[in-house]
Amino acid sequence: MNLNRRSLLKLSAAGAALSLTGLPALAAIDELVIAYNVTLPSWDPTVGPSAVNPTIQGIYQSVFDQYILQQPDLSPAPGLLTEWGWNDDRTQVWMTVREGVKWHDGSDFTAEDVAWSLARVANPDTGSPIQFVWGTLKNHRVEGNKVIADVAQFDPTIFKWMYFLTGYVLPKAYYEKVGAEGFEAAPIGTGPYMVEKFERNAYVRLKANEAYWGGAPEFKTVTIKFVTDSAARVAEVESGNAHVTLEMPYEEYDRLKNGPLAGVATPVSDIGMIFLNDIDVMLDPNVRKAAALAIDKQTIIDRLLSGYGVAIDTLQTPEYEAYDPSIKVGYDPEKAKELLAASGYSPENPVKFKIQTTKGFKPKDYEMVQAIVGLWRKVGIEAEIEVYEIAKHYELRAADQLAPAAFYNWGNSVGDPTTSTGFAMFGPSPHSVWDGADLIEKIAPLWGEADEAKRIEGWKAVDRYIAENALVIPLLQYVQPILHAPGVKVVPHASGALLPHLMTRG
Amino acid sequence: MFWQKLIARIGTTAVTLIGVAVIVFVVIRVVPGNPVAMMLPPGATEADVARLTALYGLDKSIPAQFLIWVQGVLHGDFGTSITTRQPVLDLVLGRLPATLELSIMALVMAVAIGGTAALTGTRLRGTKAEGAIDVANGMALSVPDFLWGLALILLFGVLMPVFHISGRVTPSLELPFTTGFYLFESLFRLRFDLWADIVSHMLMPALALAIPLAAIIGQLLKQSLKETMHLDYVTLSRTKGYGENHVITREALPNAILPTLTLVGVQFTFLIGGTVIVERLFSYEGLGNMAIDAVINRDLPLIQGIVILFAVIFTAVNLVVDLLYTVLNPRLRHG
Repeated sequence: MNLNRRSLLKLSAAGAALSLTGLPALAAIDELVIAYNVTLPSWDPTVGPSAVNPTIQGIYQSVFDQYILQQPDLSPAPGLLTEWGWNDDRTQVWMTVREGVKWHDGSDFTAEDVAWSLARVANPDTGSPIQFVWGTLKNHRVEGNKVIADVAQFDPTIFKWMYFLTGYVLPKAYYEKVGAEGFEAAPIGTGPYMVEKFERNAYVRLKANEAYWGGAPEFKTVTIKFVTDSAARVAEVESGNAHVTLEMPYEEYDRLKNGPLAGVATPVSDIGMIFLNDIDVMLDPNVRKAAALAIDKQTIIDRLLSGYGVAIDTLQTPEYEAYDPSIKVGYDPEKAKELLAASGYSPENPVKFKIQTTKGFKPKDYEMVQAIVGLWRKVGIEAEIEVYEIAKHYELRAADQLAPAAFYNWGNSVGDPTTSTGFAMFGPSPHSVWDGADLIEKIAPLWGEADEAKRIEGWKAVDRYIAENALVIPLLQYVQPILHAPGVKVVPHASGALLPHLMTRG
Repeated sequence: MFWQKLIARIGTTAVTLIGVAVIVFVVIRVVPGNPVAMMLPPGATEADVARLTALYGLDKSIPAQFLIWVQGVLHGDFGTSITTRQPVLDLVLGRLPATLELSIMALVMAVAIGGTAALTGTRLRGTKAEGAIDVANGMALSVPDFLWGLALILLFGVLMPVFHISGRVTPSLELPFTTGFYLFESLFRLRFDLWADIVSHMLMPALALAIPLAAIIGQLLKQSLKETMHLDYVTLSRTKGYGENHVITREALPNAILPTLTLVGVQFTFLIGGTVIVERLFSYEGLGNMAIDAVINRDLPLIQGIVILFAVIFTAVNLVVDLLYTVLNPRLRHG
């Protein structure tokens, strides 16, 4: 074939014809297309590994309602439950169920659905990973439009779990009729969107629930494409194939947000931290305190994360209930040197230990640890970096076999101190590697503290003790970058969930 | 003789598959990364760990788990995926057609590009054009498939948005398909609108996979042609007055193509392996993409099922290539 101008024109025409086979137009957004960063393995938001995966909660919340609604600032609001509480002696919980709500198949949502959903996840046989929370309630029963349950073990956070992981209401009659497999094939909820089509690993197509109790969503059709590669996600929005995407390199975000696209980047309930294991040199408080004081968090955020991050000194972020801005650790390399010298260490005779980290699991995780190791070297700490997969981190942490230092990220979209400081630092928890008896004694009474003000103050005191003794090194609160077409207005959610029903034309 | 060889090969193939099954089963259970640890939320107790470990059958010894798995396989049950809670066999067979279509399309493109490059290079040997083809071949070989993928996304996805960047088909289209072979079935049903959409989704991942393979095919075929062109029978055909195009395609090519055929067979299995990364990059809903999710989530039954299926494909392709080579090569055919 001779490649001349005519044949080139023919090729271009063929290409143009192919391009007309379904690329969404940017001009008029009838069908909202979102390039999502993870795939959705399962539709049951209450059992299995997907149920505790924070990154897919946004998809679940598009289809299912939680017992209690969580607003973009993490605060609770009436949802399927309009009111809730304990009786005076904390032996029972009561919940008032919203009336007039319909399931996606048109059937009535009732208090029976709530009672059944709570009882189901409290049953150890269902495989609920949060059974240890839901199992603190028993004898769930319906009285009119109220659900009552007996308290088997008082948990002051039980209602917070109702807008956290696995806190979803499923349809009793439908689930019992179709079974687990049928539910996976055709899930229904009471949420703002209904599942129209689902291709595992590829996409889910949602149709607006016009009868949604919270008001019909603005976009009547939403396609969520699962695009796990960040370069491909950026290409999707840049080319107009998708209108919204999230979690891309901050450099790409900066490049595109002021160009053809708009962007929003806000802090989310996900933090970067360094676990310290109470073994070897970490038993020396001077080493721990020096390690904490030698890290210039703000510079790391500015240089490595383009400024997208919030330096933190406790495991609480400013949005959390037990956040105490008066707790400061600061950056003081000279003080770090003094502390190390008191223990016989110096830049010439450094203290040595290993730090573990993932590489690419979170933005610039490995690079941050490299920078920290560089800062440590200047004060007399020589840390050897070991890169591991996140799966190995979980296994080592559960077995209390992490290295003396280990970088990790911790999500806590419910914002309660028990699910941040509590589970991360309470020795008997399989997620904690700090086993000091003094800290266990301080935390233990707070688990069942019924006085909310006293409970929150108690956690603040624990956080202060942890900071003063450097039992963990909090680093930063992550910022979630979202890029979107100019015709879409995105409301970010502090939990990190990208919610299409909060998006409007704008 | 032929049938004896065939039966022997099938026997060794079965032994290979059993070996793969044992090794994979043991390896994925001893490497770090416990699926239960992956799903434990903050606050889970030791009792919760034990309960979930027992629920997924991971509390038994590895030999006991293997025996249970083998018993299931003998009854057509490859277990249930931990993350999707679906039967493993349904999941992998559901994704297989997508990967096969992508691999076949990539192979066809690789043969077409590589073959054209080899024939053109041979025809224009000694000229600057041959040098240019060799340079292009070298470039195609030295860049891995996923980087070609990124370059294609930038070129045809962003700068000239001609093709779809992700997925296998546009979600808004109604699909009348009864099999997973969308590309072939759309042709069979004369649904050219769907066919064009599917091709638009497949072109970039297939091309990313095809480019390195095309370079290998082009290089080997050109070398074979070069050697064949010096043989006496080729010289004879020239003296008979046949043109150069006829000499290359009709006289030299049939003999020169045999080593390339073997290579194509072997490389096809590598090409299927390459789909793992490329499918991920293009969010193509095939086995490779599913494999990465399975590994990330430590979904042991699903990993096992995917690896076994890949092993079956690899051994089957090798078997077919060997048999085809025997049929095509007269020296082997007649013992």
